[in-house]
Amino acid sequence: MPAVQETVDQVRSIDVDQYKYGFFTEIESEKAPKGLSEDTVRFISAKKEEPEWMLEWRLEAFRRWQTMREPDWARVSYPPIAYQELYYYSAPKRKEGPKSIDDIDPEILATYEKLGIPLRERDALLGIESGGAKVAVDAVFDSVSVATTFKEELAKAGVIFMPISEAIREYPELVRKYLGSVVPVTDNFFATLNSAVFSDGSFVYVPKGVRCPMELSTYFRINERNTGQFERTLIIADEGAYVSYLEGCTAPMRDENQLHAAVVELVALADAEIKYSTVQNWYPGDKDGKGGIFNFVTKRGDCRGDRSKISWTQVETGSAITWKYPSCILRGDNSQGEFYSIAISNGRQQVDSGTKMIHLGKNTSSRIISKGIAAGHSDNTYRGLVSAHRKATGARNFTNCDSLLIGDKCGAHTVPYIESKNSSAQFEHEATTSKISDDQLFYCRQRGLDPEEATALIVNGFVKDVLQQLPMEFAVEAQKLIAVSLEGSVG
Amino acid sequence: MNAEIRPIRTPAEQALIAELGGLPAGTDRLADLRRAAARSFEENGLPHRRVEEWKYTDLRTLMREATPVAGTAAVAEADARARLLREVEARRIVVANGAVVPELSDLAGLEEGLTVTTLAAAIASGDEVLSRVGGILPGRYDAALALNTALARDGVVLTVAPGVTIERPIHVAHVFAGDAAAASYARSLVVVGAGAKLTYVESFEGPEAVAYQANAATEFVVGDEAHLDVVRLQEDGASAFHLATLLFDVGREAQVHAFTFGLGAGVARTSLYATLSGESSQVGFNGASLLKGRQHADSTLFVDHQVPGCESRELFKTVLDDSARGVFQGKIVVRQAAQKTDGRMMSRALVLGEDAEMDNKPELEIFADDVQCGHGATCGDIDEELLFYLRARGIPLKEAQSLLVQAFVGEAVETVEHEGLREALVERAEAWLKARG
Repeated sequence: MPAVQETVDQVRSIDVDQYKYGFFTEIESEKAPKGLSEDTVRFISAKKEEPEWMLEWRLEAFRRWQTMREPDWARVSYPPIAYQELYYYSAPKRKEGPKSIDDIDPEILATYEKLGIPLRERDALLGIESGGAKVAVDAVFDSVSVATTFKEELAKAGVIFMPISEAIREYPELVRKYLGSVVPVTDNFFATLNSAVFSDGSFVYVPKGVRCPMELSTYFRINERNTGQFERTLIIADEGAYVSYLEGCTAPMRDENQLHAAVVELVALADAEIKYSTVQNWYPGDKDGKGGIFNFVTKRGDCRGDRSKISWTQVETGSAITWKYPSCILRGDNSQGEFYSIAISNGRQQVDSGTKMIHLGKNTSSRIISKGIAAGHSDNTYRGLVSAHRKATGARNFTNCDSLLIGDKCGAHTVPYIESKNSSAQFEHEATTSKISDDQLFYCRQRGLDPEEATALIVNGFVKDVLQQLPMEFAVEAQKLIAVSLEGSVG
Repeated sequence: MNAEIRPIRTPAEQALIAELGGLPAGTDRLADLRRAAARSFEENGLPHRRVEEWKYTDLRTLMREATPVAGTAAVAEADARARLLREVEARRIVVANGAVVPELSDLAGLEEGLTVTTLAAAIASGDEVLSRVGGILPGRYDAALALNTALARDGVVLTVAPGVTIERPIHVAHVFAGDAAAASYARSLVVVGAGAKLTYVESFEGPEAVAYQANAATEFVVGDEAHLDVVRLQEDGASAFHLATLLFDVGREAQVHAFTFGLGAGVARTSLYATLSGESSQVGFNGASLLKGRQHADSTLFVDHQVPGCESRELFKTVLDDSARGVFQGKIVVRQAAQKTDGRMMSRALVLGEDAEMDNKPELEIFADDVQCGHGATCGDIDEELLFYLRARGIPLKEAQSLLVQAFVGEAVETVEHEGLREALVERAEAWLKARG
């Protein structure tokens, strides 16, 4: 099998140390004392100038967390996380709140420029002039949102888009009503930890009947050494509203593992639609699996109203460990859930990702398209649940999970759970695992493509179904990421 | 997910552990095996829903009490009860309440190269074939198998010499006789020599109203280039508890086809473990379950591809009426050495009863890259269009449904190679549909 040998050599030759976004920004930062205790929780809450109820909420989560055990059912292995050795809060130091972009630390702006985010309104406005789409960026630098653009235009439409810490102060009623209503404080080990110590994140509220005038985007970036990042995102689409939210991440290269335990909650009321797209490219660790981000994320959407729709799209290329199951609770009648995923693992990466589609309402439908690509010494697992409640008559699901193996040192696993509790539910599931077919490669090479180009072309075709789901702004970046993460193994 | 809870032992566990305390002494290998199995049961107990392999069949809850080990069955009653597959021309061996009944078994005039004995006789005479009992391990704790290993006293031990073809199927008819709830344990071993050929049939039945427990385990050692067909028909009584373990070790270029057909028992769990340890073998593990009332049937499959070039096919069909519950868990593992593996697994369920439940969990675990593996799972009601098509041609609703169910199950039944057996199984399916009305 010369083709296989070739890929093995190529994978071996990948220098993951070339991680493109591995730079470290020197800025002063303000930290909470190391370790986790009630005092840390109080410190974070005080820093955020939170009301009393919020502090109580966090403390309750913290007390609960202390009684919980870290889950071990996922196919990932990692050294024990020393929770008391981490810093739970780190904020870029500043003299006063950033009122305008000029107040922002030039180094931070430079970081974003390297990442290619159109943070400055000017850049984005140019986009408008040339007829391109507008993107509002609420940039998260470590734990504090440092700039929010387009606020005014969004305000005109009635859309609230701001850091969640601000929303807690400005819209306590809204936050109190929805926070923790999709992912309860007691949901799981990592979500509970997040509830206790989350530092910031985004809050979006789209009022009744409003179509959000632009794609919303947040960039997460883990920066300060030894800082766990605990983002909390809450998006609410009121009746008949529509919003598309983009999330993308890169992180600087680091030796110690960094813990990331985010929680994302989506609420779609009647006739509302939320589209949530992620491109995740955190530092995966070096070629021996040293360093890299531990990514334990709880993402869940609640189709609370009838005819609502929630769509998750993710491109997962980074992190040493990915533990992530964006899910949909299809509570409203005729509601819809979608999950489109590309998960690429290389080097020593471990991915355990998938989705849950929980059909509760009548005539609900869901669709799962998952493409896993494993190369190097990585493990790539799809783990998913599709369930229909006794009363979820007419539930419909289609699932397709395909895995591609590049090299014989990696593993691809599929663990679907399909539970149907009523006779009118129609569930279909299919999964395949294979390598790139020699016939396809031969066909391409015969037409003058070199093996790398040919492989890239085939992989591109393999993930096309999912790429098409990404908003235009992300599709290009995602394609670049796929190429970068398989660099050396597919070109 | 959270705190580890070690619940107190259930009455069933306590009763079983007490039962295990009475194991006969002995220093031989089998006695050691029994003691080890008893110890592992004492340690782990009955599995519950937090144990991944038993997620959908929570034995701790389902098995409320353990019944005492059944006594010897009356020969006449065993004979009267063993009705299944009588029409099939085969060498019959009757196992009643876990013990072979010589009076009802056809052990004379064995074909050249075929040896049939009982586990009890083998133990009594120290037969060297015993060294192979317990030779195939599932690689993880299995409560049903542990209980069987510890408590089974008898069963069929059968060997086919290399190169010998046994034309006449061997039918081991398990039957429960008696009217008090009791448990039967039977352990069988089938060794098919290199290049040999055998058709092996197992059937299970018993009284409808007695809450008996049948625990049967059979090990199949399949030699290089051997050919083994296994057919299993389970029609235990509606109140019965059926726990079955089938273990296969498959050699090089061998062909193994197994078909398990489940119609009976209140709660049934069939675990099938297959280790493909010789290159270029072909295996097919198929099955069908027809369930009604509040029946619960679980088919769990574990196919381990350890060597290159093997092909495995699994097709399971489940028909669920009333508020029955069907479970299919299938796992194909492809080890790093097992390049060129071709594995396909399919589970299809037809849900007729409004309150019926189907849980599917087809798994792939793949460590080799040059493979073709896939699985599929579907569940749903009868296709309205097909029904309409038949009804438009004047076929009444019930009949149309029956036709479609028959076609649905037929796809799996057709994998049975032996014509007589296949016909007998189709008849059982028809009888089930007829009873449905």
